[in-house]
Amino acid sequence: MQPIIHVEHLVKRYKNAQTNAVDDISFDVAPGEFFVLLGPNGAGKTTTISILTTTLAPTAGKIEIVGHDIVRESNRVRSNVGIIFQQPSLDQNLTAEENVRLHASLYGLYPFRPTYWLMPRAYKQQVNDLAEILGIAKEIHKPIKTFSGGMKRKLEIIRSLIHHPRVLFLDEPTTGLDPLSRRSLWDYLTAVRAEKETTVFLTTHYLEEAEQADTISILHHGKIVAQGTPDAVKARLVENYLLVDADNRDALRQELRVKQIPFVETPLFKIDLNGASPHKLLKAIDTPLTTVRIHTPSVEDAYLAIIQEHDDDTPRADAN
Amino acid sequence: MRIWQLFKNMTTIPREQTRIKAAPAAPGSLRRNLNAIAAIAYRDFLKFLRDRARILSTFLFPLIFIGFLGGGMQATFGASSGYNFLDFIFTGVLAQTLWQSTATGIISLLEDRQNDFSQEIFVSPISRYSIVFGKILGETLVALPQGVGIIIFGFLLGIAITPIQLIGLGVTGLLASLYGGAFGMMLLGLMPSRRAADQLFPFVFLPQFFTAGVFVPLHNLPLALNVVSHLSPLRYAVDLMRGAFHWGQPEFDAVVLDPMWFNLAVMSATFLGFMLIGTILFVRAEQNR
Repeated sequence: MQPIIHVEHLVKRYKNAQTNAVDDISFDVAPGEFFVLLGPNGAGKTTTISILTTTLAPTAGKIEIVGHDIVRESNRVRSNVGIIFQQPSLDQNLTAEENVRLHASLYGLYPFRPTYWLMPRAYKQQVNDLAEILGIAKEIHKPIKTFSGGMKRKLEIIRSLIHHPRVLFLDEPTTGLDPLSRRSLWDYLTAVRAEKETTVFLTTHYLEEAEQADTISILHHGKIVAQGTPDAVKARLVENYLLVDADNRDALRQELRVKQIPFVETPLFKIDLNGASPHKLLKAIDTPLTTVRIHTPSVEDAYLAIIQEHDDDTPRADAN
Repeated sequence: MRIWQLFKNMTTIPREQTRIKAAPAAPGSLRRNLNAIAAIAYRDFLKFLRDRARILSTFLFPLIFIGFLGGGMQATFGASSGYNFLDFIFTGVLAQTLWQSTATGIISLLEDRQNDFSQEIFVSPISRYSIVFGKILGETLVALPQGVGIIIFGFLLGIAITPIQLIGLGVTGLLASLYGGAFGMMLLGLMPSRRAADQLFPFVFLPQFFTAGVFVPLHNLPLALNVVSHLSPLRYAVDLMRGAFHWGQPEFDAVVLDPMWFNLAVMSATFLGFMLIGTILFVRAEQNR
């Protein structure tokens, strides 16, 4: 299948910078995919997303979105993507509806009219539907200033979807939101993905958000250091292990030594599975256990391990 | 009866037709860009209407100038110059206010960038020239109410304005405003930040009060000053407005410096130049960081 995002040897070096903020990265995103770009601050995530959304020019490389070159056919790219920026990009002086109307006019969806009442009926219908989803039917004509942070974010997402983009870019969209708003935003995005089959390209600091991704890509010092499905990334670097404990710890320690099962006291007894099944291992232990915990790595574990490994390999000044 | 019927048929839209959703205009089409220009311009105008402090402050400055300076100078030089000095200051301040209001208003593009709102405009699929022109048009809409205020104040001070002159002031005022916007755009392209803009602007605008002849007549300038005066964009906007105001009057030659076609030609050519250079520089500064 033709990738919807195609990035080939992308390099970005900022003016007067000593190092590349993005250093020769390549990847493809398939249509409908949920792609997550992870990385510590300054890894080049925002730089990458800015280039993909045409607000920043690349230093080198070839990038195509929905089959259009981002430099030569930037307007074709722009009509096919929706963007949620790291910083809120609503006009605070306007009402929610005026913000949506401005967006609709910029994307050529409806002819511009100076007031809501003069707008076409189809537009009013669409705005009312959106207000319903947001639960702001009463507030739609009130200034944005009166909205909560979570509400503004949701409005931005809704606004960015009204021109039916093929790809939705989100640059750390949940930063600064309370857990409840984050969850509700996330549920909404999941529903949108299911319904419209929009490709989602996300950068985030919240690693639990990456668990649901089809592909995660970890960016570090401008380079991709790991990429694949969350399971593949986890499997490659992170060990599975068992944590056990007993009232009679001396007996347990003794038994493990005798049966030549390697362990580490952390203070729980940590036993590497090394591919063995937990069931088989537990059956081999006779000492009555009080605690049994199977450790399955999260994306967060994988992320921390990968970042640490690369920091040990290449000690260098922070890029960006 | 039959004509009425025909008219009725034209205005009644069949029911099904109203339900059809308007097809989006193709990217790059004229209709789409005009739509976007209108939306961007209207946004600026709305912001102005909702900012009471800004409305108040924009009226005060020109009123002080016309009232005190014009009145005082008429008493001092009026009799010897052969024309009404109050008229001279009035047309000068009107053109200058409209020109400068749009020029400085364009700087809000920098403010938008800092508030991260311009990102929303800059990622939309429309020509960069449409964005800039929409912005200039918006600032012109903001400047024009100030012009109306100055004209009303002129009436109160006793300046006689015929309906023809009023139309002339309106048209040349609009042109002065658009022209100031293009000039502001070029400055913006050259400025790296809002701070730099704030520091440099007085040096760009203040001298033009004098080199463009807003308060001081420019006839019989020494060569060096004459060259500087011709380099001031504001000079042409002010002179064009005076041309329109004094058209067909006996004092025309005493007040107006150049033929109106000349002022218009210089303004049109430099308008395009400023727009082109300003937009290219600004977009490049945005993208090539």
